[in-house]
Amino acid sequence: MNELALLLAATLASGTPLALAGLGLLLNEKSGVLNLGAEGMMLVAAVAGFAVAFHTGNDWVAFGAGALAGMAMAAIFGWLVIWLGTNQYATGLALSLFGGGFSAFVGVNYVGKKLAAKSAFEVPILADLPFVGPALFKQHPMTYIAIGLTIAIAWFLYRSRAGLVLRAVGESPESAHALGYRVRLIRLGAVLGGGALCGIAGAFLSVVYAPLWVEGLVAGRGWIALALTTFATWRPARTLLGAYLFGGVTMLQFYLQGEGVEIASQLLSMLPYLATIVVLALISRDPAWIRINMPASLGKPFHPGS
Amino acid sequence: MFRLEARPQASPAMALVSPLLALALTVVMAAALFALLGKNPWSGLGVYFFEPLNGRRQMTEVALKATPLILCALGLAVCYRSNVWNIGAEGQFLLGAITAGGVALWATTSGIKASPWVWTPLLMAAGVIGGMGWAAIVAFLRDRFNASEILVSLMLVYIAQQLMNYLVFVPWKDPAGFNFPQTRTFDAMTWLPNLVPQSRLHIGFVVTLVLVALFWIFIFRSWRGFQLQVGGLAPAAARYAGFSARTALWTALLVSGGMAGLAGAMEAAGPLRQLTPHVSTGYGFTAIIVCFVGRLHPVGIVLSGILLSMFLIGGELGQSRLGLPNALTGVFQGLLLFILLACDTLINYRVRWQRSSASAGTAR
Repeated sequence: MNELALLLAATLASGTPLALAGLGLLLNEKSGVLNLGAEGMMLVAAVAGFAVAFHTGNDWVAFGAGALAGMAMAAIFGWLVIWLGTNQYATGLALSLFGGGFSAFVGVNYVGKKLAAKSAFEVPILADLPFVGPALFKQHPMTYIAIGLTIAIAWFLYRSRAGLVLRAVGESPESAHALGYRVRLIRLGAVLGGGALCGIAGAFLSVVYAPLWVEGLVAGRGWIALALTTFATWRPARTLLGAYLFGGVTMLQFYLQGEGVEIASQLLSMLPYLATIVVLALISRDPAWIRINMPASLGKPFHPGS
Repeated sequence: MFRLEARPQASPAMALVSPLLALALTVVMAAALFALLGKNPWSGLGVYFFEPLNGRRQMTEVALKATPLILCALGLAVCYRSNVWNIGAEGQFLLGAITAGGVALWATTSGIKASPWVWTPLLMAAGVIGGMGWAAIVAFLRDRFNASEILVSLMLVYIAQQLMNYLVFVPWKDPAGFNFPQTRTFDAMTWLPNLVPQSRLHIGFVVTLVLVALFWIFIFRSWRGFQLQVGGLAPAAARYAGFSARTALWTALLVSGGMAGLAGAMEAAGPLRQLTPHVSTGYGFTAIIVCFVGRLHPVGIVLSGILLSMFLIGGELGQSRLGLPNALTGVFQGLLLFILLACDTLINYRVRWQRSSASAGTAR
């Protein structure tokens, strides 16, 4: 019982960065821009967040730094893709490769450094409940912020006028342009928003989850978050659920090891990646279903007046 | 301010100028970065662009590291030309190293004696099969389940790395290796024959150059290659002509998987002669940059493969001689690709300079 509570708690913790990044990429893709650079943005933000947390000792300033780093990376991508009309796949890939190299370079001096010990977080009263308390209410506040953000983004996309415009830009940029909306600025906004959330996710990984910096710390979570948007068929609530599902799979390997299961740890480490492939194949197997849900202009460049 | 104006036709001259311009801009930014790090920019640039070509020993090392880069990039060029986004050459490389390494270990322990000229083709074939098999998973999931080849091929990189870790930590671990995660050293008969005495350069380099020629013929002179390119440039036209998109998908992935697997086999049986968790130093990812900088063209890929190999050697030299972090190489690689993509805009657009919007208005 107690172990199950711990497993649930760990699942929430490891699902949170995936949820944050997944929600960011969802915003990004709803505007019609596919950013394969998530991994690179998260890596650079993870280093930035760790460095700031190391020098200031304040997690929230570190998250802010991560968000700024993610936005800076996203801005380069956005300028290239939206104004220069470069290939979205190649540019996103470049962002990921650059982020990998740049974060390793900047982070050299932070490998092996430790952050100051943190006090545990507890939700008053609720944390004292048996089972439910340790399972759900002793999380970092960011866990609850991620849940709140899911609701906020769902409201923004489906209940607000700005969200409607954003979706219109993603479905049919020509129509949105004809109505007088500044398609390229709106897309840039969505890309920057995506970068900020991926950045917070990266900083969460290095400052709270790990908490340390090593080269390649993000370990494919940016790519898993990209798969999440497809898995969630571009819906916020499903993105959150998907993130917890993958978080659970990641934690399952440690649980199984703890239970003394006779499988090599290296093989268990494959689990999250295998799960991503299996889930992706199951969700994508009906092309019509994907086509209905996917923003219609996803990955296609838009040039006003052409 | 400036404005981009679409060219009536893509400029073929700009397609060749763009990588050179990108390289020049990368060099300028690299020099600025060296200065920022408190190093003399000239000695920094010398380490990356002059030292790797200074002397026979260094040049064989450049050729040695260019070999896997060129091989992987050749295969990727076929993929990208047919609009199949395989970004998992790194995983296919690792699988090639695993299958070839498996054969080499079996040869080592079974005690069968044969000439290196028997083992070399066997190991290479094993590597090709391993890489192809790994890429076939991607093709199958794309073909049968419509799963994004980008994400699947990348996830398979992480799985391949864990498989390599498992093999060298558990079943294939050298019993006399003081518990280090590595296999025993392969028997000398399975090593790739050397090309230049007193160097690590092996005959794989020659094999690679032959393959460059074959790929040129395949891409530009064969019916299958033509079909692939039409499918990549204009899917609707390819469908109308009756070219199968499925055949294109499978061909592109099997070819690129095979090439990456061959590169992995030659790395294992060439310079390494054993398997460790660090068989690849990111060759499969660097090859993506090689492929784009080389304009998806076999000859261009040879040149850019040599360039990026110089970056790798330069990174090592910069670390040992100037105390620069080796990670700098990754920064330069990423910068080069970024700047190249920006410069490529000039192929389809020309830049028109305008004084300001107000004066432009009065002029009209």
